Amino acid sequence: MSGRTATPDLALVQPGGAAADDALARGAALAVRGLTVSYGAAPAVFSVDASFPSAAMSAIIGPNGAGKSTLLKAALGVIPRLSGTVQVAGVPLDRARDRIAYVPQRASVDWDFPATVRDVVQMGFYRRLGLFGRLTGADRARTVACLDRVGMADFADRQIGQLSGGQQQRVFLARALAQEAELYLLDEPFAGVDAATERAIIDVLRGLRDDGRAVVAVHHDLATVRDYFDHVFLMNTRAIAEGPVARAFTAAALEAAYGGRLGATHLAGLAG
Amino acid sequence: MADGWGPRILRVWRADPVGAFWQALTLGAGYNAALVTLGAAALGFAAGSGGSFLVLRGRALVSDAMAHATLPGVALAFMVMVAMGGDGRWLPGLLLGSALSALVGLWVVGWIARATRLPEDAAIGAVLGSFFGLGVVLLTVIQTMGQGRAAGLEGFLLGSTAGMLRQDALIIAVGGALVVAAVWALRRPMTLVAFDPGFAAATGWNVGRIDMAVMAIVTAVAVIGLKIVGLVLTVALLVIPAVTARFWTDRSGRLVWIAGGLGALSGYVGAALSASAPDLPTGPIIVLVAAGLFTVSLLAAPARGVLAAAARHHRYQAQVHRRQGLLALARGDAIAERYTLRLMVRAGFARPDGVATEAGRGAAARLLRDEQRRAVARDMFRAGPPADDGLMPVERLFTPDQLRAIDARLAPRAVP
Repeated sequence: MSGRTATPDLALVQPGGAAADDALARGAALAVRGLTVSYGAAPAVFSVDASFPSAAMSAIIGPNGAGKSTLLKAALGVIPRLSGTVQVAGVPLDRARDRIAYVPQRASVDWDFPATVRDVVQMGFYRRLGLFGRLTGADRARTVACLDRVGMADFADRQIGQLSGGQQQRVFLARALAQEAELYLLDEPFAGVDAATERAIIDVLRGLRDDGRAVVAVHHDLATVRDYFDHVFLMNTRAIAEGPVARAFTAAALEAAYGGRLGATHLAGLAG
Repeated sequence: MADGWGPRILRVWRADPVGAFWQALTLGAGYNAALVTLGAAALGFAAGSGGSFLVLRGRALVSDAMAHATLPGVALAFMVMVAMGGDGRWLPGLLLGSALSALVGLWVVGWIARATRLPEDAAIGAVLGSFFGLGVVLLTVIQTMGQGRAAGLEGFLLGSTAGMLRQDALIIAVGGALVVAAVWALRRPMTLVAFDPGFAAATGWNVGRIDMAVMAIVTAVAVIGLKIVGLVLTVALLVIPAVTARFWTDRSGRLVWIAGGLGALSGYVGAALSASAPDLPTGPIIVLVAAGLFTVSLLAAPARGVLAAAARHHRYQAQVHRRQGLLALARGDAIAERYTLRLMVRAGFARPDGVATEAGRGAAARLLRDEQRRAVARDMFRAGPPADDGLMPVERLFTPDQLRAIDARLAPRAVP
């Protein structure tokens, strides 16, 4: 399989075959249909269908600029969609907000903001608390429990600007845990973190999966896909392939997503 | 100044300036002066707390454009009220006009930034200048019309408490209370949007609407503050208390109310000063008081202040010397610098001739262990926590699992 060039139409996703997938989508933790995002003339994400199973860890994979983060943000309504529908466990997005937890990219916020680690984790309660709900003793205990799960219980009262990159990422994950969701969406959770943090995060995510939750992560390290994930979605502006890692994470699909950017031996090593 | 208290205070001031200020400060300088002082305090609290979210969101300058955009509205409202045969200086009418034109200014800033490729600061500059220019021209026109008691409108530029009525103070107090209530009610979404708008949107908050709420709060502050602070310096009263409060806390939840308190203090003291020296415009005095509080905080704040930083630097230097001294002891080297030796002797780690004591050898051994872990940590984590000053014990810098990873690397066979 090493050197042979795959023809793109071998890719596993056939646009338009949505009707047959509807049953599948209803059972999916997250299902996106016909999602298009465009800032100007060229779309960042074009007519993407994708579904992600529950009780599984899914990776969104593709080259730089393939629209992975954009897909995630548009699916959450963080950025506007040109077209497309989003269902969470068979329910439209806006009626399923309580079931979603989100971990944005670490670099997307100003870490000099006046907040402690505890304050940031408690932002995970804000939706449930609304404008006037009171933070209860149970919430406070839960804050510490969430920090403990990511190994940060001793850091609760630190100013967030004093943390290392990996520790900041753990705080974001703890905030997502505080949301008590069924679907966890993470944008590059392993980007720029140390090896110990990467292990700590993957342990937490596996715990969520084993609990029956769905985990969907934008991921850029092809070498760890087989280790970490059960399900992959490959894209490059358009959907390229999706399915269980064993079936969809193939040299042909990678070739279609990355074009010539991956060498033949590299491909063979990854998909082997 | 014909409305009573100004000239009376002026006479007292000439005789005894400190006494006059003290009288105003204790609300003893007459009914109107007391009203003005309390109104200014309410306004300051509203400005400080509402302005905090503006600063946290990084949009302080938008409020400057908005405040300057009130002027044409004031002038037009005056003209309309005179044309309709009323009193052009009726405050609620003027405030309504100013609010409408402020909102137009805000909308234009937003539209320019959205529809063109111009950055927001260019849009702010354009709107601020052109709206203010239009306002000044309209004021000049009003003066040449020579009717409707035009005198006094210039007071809206820099604030003037002369001739303020009870109902004016009441409008300010009620408006300020409403602003504070809105700040309190919206504190969670506004904090969330300021820190992490993506997360806010993902959890279902409407970020655009919350940003609009922040601007509405700030516009309300600018409008009710027109009479006391004036439009030119509104931005200062919104921004200075918030950045001053930042010196005193690392938590946004406290920052908002500390800023409110600082704003109220500035308003109260500033208005009292102004009442005892009625020839001066009120706005600049209030802002100068706020700037004074800022300067004091800048110098004296416990963690982030300049003096604390200098003290910290001095302490840091001593710790560096102590650490180097202990490392020298651990290696059996001589202690090179006299300052180091003095510190070591004072800490009981070495005798004056440089020989290590029992305590010194123990401390040196512990430090050596920390140094080894630190070397491993430097290797494992390309960028450590920003809090690391090279001295903080490794245990405080890393999480338990990170520490285990460090120790495993340090002694692979010792850890199962």
